[in-house]
Amino acid sequence: MHPIKNFTTLFKPRFWHAGTSMGQAQTLFNYRRFFLGSVSIRAFVSIVPMAILLMFTYMLQDTAIENENHLRTVRLTSNTRRTITYFLQERLDALKFIVQQKDVEALMASDELPQVLHNLKMGFGGFVDLGLIDDSGFQISYSGPFSLKGKNYEDQEWFIRCAEEGTYVSDVFLGYRNLPHMIVALRWPMEDSTFYILRATLDIQKLIQILSSLDLAEKSEAFLCSRNGLLQTPSKYYGKMLERMDLPVPEYSIHSQVVEAVDKTGNPILIGYAYIEDSPFILMVVKRSVEIMKGWHSIRQKINWFFGMSVVTTLVVVLCISTLMMNKIYDADQTRLKAIERLETSSRLISVGRLAAGVAHEINNPLAVIGENAGLIKDLFTLRKEYKQDKHLMELVDAVLESVERSGQITKELLGFARHFEPKITPIQLSKTVSDVLSFHRKEASYRNIDIHVDVPEDIPVIYSDHGRLQQILLNLINNAFQAMKNGGELDISVRKEGEKTVSIRVRDTGLGISPEDEKRIFEPFFTTKGPEGGIGLGLSITFGLVRKLKGDISVQSKLGEGTTFVINLPIDTQGEIRNEGPAR
Amino acid sequence: MKVLLVDDEEKFVSRLAERLEIRGFEADWTTTSDGALSKAENEEYDIAVLDVKMPRLSGIDLKKGLEKLVPKMKFIFVSGHGSEEDYDIGIREGAFYLTKPFKIETLVERIKEALNL
Repeated sequence: MHPIKNFTTLFKPRFWHAGTSMGQAQTLFNYRRFFLGSVSIRAFVSIVPMAILLMFTYMLQDTAIENENHLRTVRLTSNTRRTITYFLQERLDALKFIVQQKDVEALMASDELPQVLHNLKMGFGGFVDLGLIDDSGFQISYSGPFSLKGKNYEDQEWFIRCAEEGTYVSDVFLGYRNLPHMIVALRWPMEDSTFYILRATLDIQKLIQILSSLDLAEKSEAFLCSRNGLLQTPSKYYGKMLERMDLPVPEYSIHSQVVEAVDKTGNPILIGYAYIEDSPFILMVVKRSVEIMKGWHSIRQKINWFFGMSVVTTLVVVLCISTLMMNKIYDADQTRLKAIERLETSSRLISVGRLAAGVAHEINNPLAVIGENAGLIKDLFTLRKEYKQDKHLMELVDAVLESVERSGQITKELLGFARHFEPKITPIQLSKTVSDVLSFHRKEASYRNIDIHVDVPEDIPVIYSDHGRLQQILLNLINNAFQAMKNGGELDISVRKEGEKTVSIRVRDTGLGISPEDEKRIFEPFFTTKGPEGGIGLGLSITFGLVRKLKGDISVQSKLGEGTTFVINLPIDTQGEIRNEGPAR
Repeated sequence: MKVLLVDDEEKFVSRLAERLEIRGFEADWTTTSDGALSKAENEEYDIAVLDVKMPRLSGIDLKKGLEKLVPKMKFIFVSGHGSEEDYDIGIREGAFYLTKPFKIETLVERIKEALNL
């Protein structure tokens, strides 16, 4: 068989392309439906639980990873908040330190404040300028890049709030310098209930550095916004500096929080936020969900690929198993159907046999009456000379007697067909039986130019069977073969041992052969291909019945124009076979 | 030779009797087993030709009755059935058996064989 064809038989059952030629089997079962049902159910029970398990795992894993990301974002937000809070607190503490260490007069001296500012820049960094304002809002001393000494801040909000609350941290703003900066201020109370305010301007680059040093993915970022949503540090994706950001201002919470949201382009995002204490800032850590899940999605892709391969493998195995099983069922059914067909043929033969016997009996009696009456007429005519010489009259009576005799012969044949007595089992040497039967035909074979070959090996055992019936079987088959070889030919008779319990006798001729349609009906009673001049079509039915009586079976193979072979399989011990069938038979 | 023919088919048995007479036998016939028994009481027959299947008394039973009356009487069975069982019965009963229809010559041969003629 071709390798590809061989391979496809693993997946395609034998009955798949059988079509209507299946005959009876096709009408009994829809094997294709069974096969598809079997494949579907097996595939369903194999793949669906696997898919459900996978989906369930995905759901659990999604939730776990989501929780993990929330936690990480909260932790990052919380840590960054602490850093920024510390940064601001440190600057305020530096101012407090100056207040505690210096006195106002000293700071008002023209060379003292620049010295302090220098120390702050060197010690902490981020300081731009430093000013001392009295309680009327007048800047009495200033050190920095601008000339702001004498400027009055009495109406400025920061001045009022610092005077009331003691400390102040401003939003980021551009101010006179048109550079983003912020201020921190500290009230300095005097013993006479007046006060001064020490005010410093901070460069926000330090804050930006803190935020940009965070280890975030490419499209994730951290920035500060004010409580009314203005961006305090630069943002790559959510708006311009000092303008309203593209995200809603998160709800106030004392703790660091995480919320899920969607950005303006519709991408899902995760926002970690924290309100920075004692400042107008809100820390925002924004992560793109796609980026967060990237690692997990890559693993998921691998799992999906593995799942896909498993499904394909399962389907292949299911197809193979289903094909194998359905082939077995199909073969078993075919065997069963053949057995049923044989049984039907055999029971039809028995019924016909019984009917034939009944008919024969009913006909034999009136035939006997006709025969005896015609016989008496002939006897009487023979006694009287005047009738004896009447040839025409004698011919008429003889015709009646001949017809009676012929009819009697037919009814005897019918009765022979219906015989059902117990066989007489004796030991038989097949070579001798075949030779005995052929002895009747040798002369005829030489006249008709038929070559006879006999092949009975010496190791063929003695069989126990009914000698008379076996002779009749062989006689019938040899007669048939002779009739099929009108213009000579070859007749082969061979005997072989088949296994431990069976011998097979093969009778082959090179005659006319039988058409496939006739082959199916060849053992039916009254079926004949020999026309009106031949027999009545009981020869092979009787042979069939006799072989069955001997617990054997008979089959025929034929090709029109080439010849016919009859094969008889007989048990070596027929008596044993009968015993095995039990007393009920 | 005296032959008693018993068969429920009159047209058969009467013609058979005539034909046997033509062939030199003394043939008597009847269609019932009772008739056969009463004839055997009055006449000593050498051989009886009996139908196996007859109403009331079968050929086998009639043979037993006739044997009581004429112990040395021989028998030939005839039947339209012609089955192997009937043949076996014939053998068992020590009698010839013929299937109807048969040639008169065959019957004559069997009678002669039975009577060792």
